Amino acid sequence: MDLFFFVVFAVVAIGGGVSVVLQTHPISSALSLVAVMGSLAVLYLLLGAEFIAMAQVIVYAGAIMVLFLFVIMLLNSGGETKPGRSAMVKVLGVPVLAGFVAIIAYVFSLSFNDTLAVHFGGFSDGSARSIGRAIFGAYLLPFEVTSVLILVAILGAVVLARKELD
Amino acid sequence: MEFYVISLVKIAVVFAGFMTVLAYLQWVERKVIAHVQVRVGPNRVGPHGLLQPMADIIKLVTKEGFLPSHVHKFFYLLAPFIAVSMALVSISIIPFGSEIKVFGYTTWMQLTDLNVGILFVLAISSLGVYGIALAGWSSNNKYSLLGGLRSSAQMISYELPLSLAITAPLLIAGTLSLREIVQSQGGYNFGFLPRWSVFAGPFPQVFSFIIFVIAGFAETNRVPFDLPEAENELVAGFHTEYSSMQFASFFMAEYANMVTITCITTILFLGGWQPLFPASLGSNYLPPLLLFFVGALLLFNGLNPRRRKDRFSLPVFAVVFFLLGILFLVPAVKPILVPFFWFAAKVGFLLFTFIWIRGTLPRFRYDQLMSFAWKFLFPAALINLLITGLLVALTAK
Repeated sequence: MDLFFFVVFAVVAIGGGVSVVLQTHPISSALSLVAVMGSLAVLYLLLGAEFIAMAQVIVYAGAIMVLFLFVIMLLNSGGETKPGRSAMVKVLGVPVLAGFVAIIAYVFSLSFNDTLAVHFGGFSDGSARSIGRAIFGAYLLPFEVTSVLILVAILGAVVLARKELD
Repeated sequence: MEFYVISLVKIAVVFAGFMTVLAYLQWVERKVIAHVQVRVGPNRVGPHGLLQPMADIIKLVTKEGFLPSHVHKFFYLLAPFIAVSMALVSISIIPFGSEIKVFGYTTWMQLTDLNVGILFVLAISSLGVYGIALAGWSSNNKYSLLGGLRSSAQMISYELPLSLAITAPLLIAGTLSLREIVQSQGGYNFGFLPRWSVFAGPFPQVFSFIIFVIAGFAETNRVPFDLPEAENELVAGFHTEYSSMQFASFFMAEYANMVTITCITTILFLGGWQPLFPASLGSNYLPPLLLFFVGALLLFNGLNPRRRKDRFSLPVFAVVFFLLGILFLVPAVKPILVPFFWFAAKVGFLLFTFIWIRGTLPRFRYDQLMSFAWKFLFPAALINLLITGLLVALTAK
């Protein structure tokens, strides 16, 4: 059962990812990204990280992607007209992609050996309680620093938007 | 195997019940609004218009599903599907009552209990925005687009105070599972005051209850926050172009969201299926007494009819209510019905409030709506959360 869901949603995630790039209309791309986020949430759920899964849906699919969609709708941009591809893309595209995939596969095979196999539901610290303990215990400083970083970004956005009004 | 059979039966029961509630909620709404405005409301189809929902369903199903030529077909057809499915999913984790025994099987009056239940509800409701936003955009119509944009902006804005208002009672309950939240509100202070979140705890959650209900009105696009479909400026908002079953899907989604939000309010703040006063003071006998009273009232009005047809219809209803009241006294079904009665009574009261306010308040202006969310509701929810958090931390063992 677990394997079945894993295969289904892994295929959806990869298919959605490819579709984000291939779609010509920005709304279709954005919705493909939503599909990717949703299937990632299911994969987290399969691993036993319920809180992360729900946070993934609420934050990424429910808030960030809605804003993306919102902006695309407001700009009302139409479908993309295919530009002519440059000669360099035609020649180098496939080899460079293959190279990157090979590098990633190599790194993974180096850092994870067979004894570290992933088990469905094997992660037991996925509850809200353990995540909270981790964030406000061991990782308190990184957490606070990240929140300051986000605050800076928000302030920056406000300042930039103000200048445009004047 | 047994688990699957029980689950399937429960799903069938909940689905049938939910659909009936959705159909008749619309009848109740039309009747209540009519009486608020001193009208009669639907009274042609069946006695007191009781078959009106059936007539509406037949009408909507048999209508031509019209597909305008200028729409983005795929998203236009996808949008009502997203809206209605996201609205219907949340009912699966709502606990309607306590643990029950039916034919020797012990089960909960709940389809499934997630340990991140409340987050699941938030996640699903945040996905519901896509249905409305896509409907507005794909209709390729300026009124629809404006309605869709308004709605998504409104739902994103009001999700913040809503989530913050949810967090405060969660701090007191100490769990995210809906079943455990209700269980944590069992028991009574001073022997009669229920330990619901609105009454008890280190800090009574009256403020977050009010904030939650206000934000809930906005989340479900109900009056006074129904700007997405403000008919005097936007025709019908995001569902202007829709007809037949696609229109019905949006309609159903709105009512389903209303039921979900009232169920969540009941669970978080009003103690779910926990009775208003302890069984030692006779709370188990209140439902049959209430039903007998309603039956007697109907019988009296049936014997002194104001209209000719009341002579037949009201006594029949009176018999139905008497039979229901007797059902509550049968020991075998009493433990099933009494918790469900309390849950349904609270949800029903909140739903009535939704309709009541629709009959009472005018609509907000759009800038008022936004500044209300960001400048009043959000800070108020934040302050409430801070105070609750402080008091919970101080009183923690």
